[in-house]
Amino acid sequence: MPATYEPISTQTIGTAIASVTFSSVPATYTDLILVFNGTSASTQGMELRFNGDTATNYSATRLRGDGASAASDRSSSLDVMEVGNVYTSQTVNVFQIMNYANTTTFKTVLCRSNNDSAQVSARVGLWRKTPEAITTIFLRPAGGANFSVGSVFTLYGIKAA
Amino acid sequence: MRGQRTRPSTLVGAWVGNGLVTNLGDFESIATTTVGSGGQATITFSSIPATYKHLQLRMISRGTGTAEFTIRVRLNGDTGSNYTNHFLEGDGTSAISGSNISGTYMNLYVQPKSSALANVFGGFVVDVLDYANTNKYKTVRHLGGYDANGSGYIDLDSGLWMNSSAITSIELTTGATSFAEYSSFALYGIKG
Repeated sequence: MPATYEPISTQTIGTAIASVTFSSVPATYTDLILVFNGTSASTQGMELRFNGDTATNYSATRLRGDGASAASDRSSSLDVMEVGNVYTSQTVNVFQIMNYANTTTFKTVLCRSNNDSAQVSARVGLWRKTPEAITTIFLRPAGGANFSVGSVFTLYGIKAA
Repeated sequence: MRGQRTRPSTLVGAWVGNGLVTNLGDFESIATTTVGSGGQATITFSSIPATYKHLQLRMISRGTGTAEFTIRVRLNGDTGSNYTNHFLEGDGTSAISGSNISGTYMNLYVQPKSSALANVFGGFVVDVLDYANTNKYKTVRHLGGYDANGSGYIDLDSGLWMNSSAITSIELTTGATSFAEYSSFALYGIKG
């Protein structure tokens, strides 16, 4: 039986860096899962871009709990998708990039984000550029911060029958 | 300077949905359905083998109706009042929680309606836990929702089917409407 769930690429940060890019993502899977486990120099949102698109084609809705209360907010018509977090303490983001290779729908991203000292959140993001397959994923902390040394990004592909 | 890029081993743990798969080879595709032109009212996965520990449904969907609808789940064709679920939802303004008790289906929140921004499809990742165990009721958990640039929802749901039979079929509907063209539903099995 062919593999259904495969690792595509891992990047481990050896020197603090402002952004990470996965390029030449193959179109052979159904969904992508991108796992981030790491930190940054300051507490920030994590921003995604696809295929180098810097137009205001991104939006997101968030649900979060900080240990005291739950809240929801959203961002609209931005040039990045604000769909994760990164903190100075260990943060995990699991991004589900749904049906990323089709050329018929806008792309929806689900994210679960966890940080033991600050908050837990769930988000849904939208990339509404004229439908095209995602081939490049760009990630950065907001506000110009760097990803810290030791942060790990792993991209997986899931292939439906 | 770029980070170091390596190809990881397949023999490592990896996150899938909300859970941990200890070996990537333990995750297998069972069946997939993509909706064609004209829409489709019901999606059914039948004859699900009992050879896995958990199931995962991964979906994108959109409704053809004028109201936002949940995706409704029935298991083994059971139309009795045997389903319960709780949800925690963000609508972009506030966090909301609620429940549906002793319903005739389980709700997964929420997919875009026909008047939502064109080409927007909700995303859903649904874990069906210990689905073949005949000694317990069945629990489902779900992360899903959609964003339509100024509207939308993000949801965390839990569901219960008050029946201890092994799950052999999963039926998905969407109230009074159909699933729109290009909606896609994929069922996976996770070995224990």
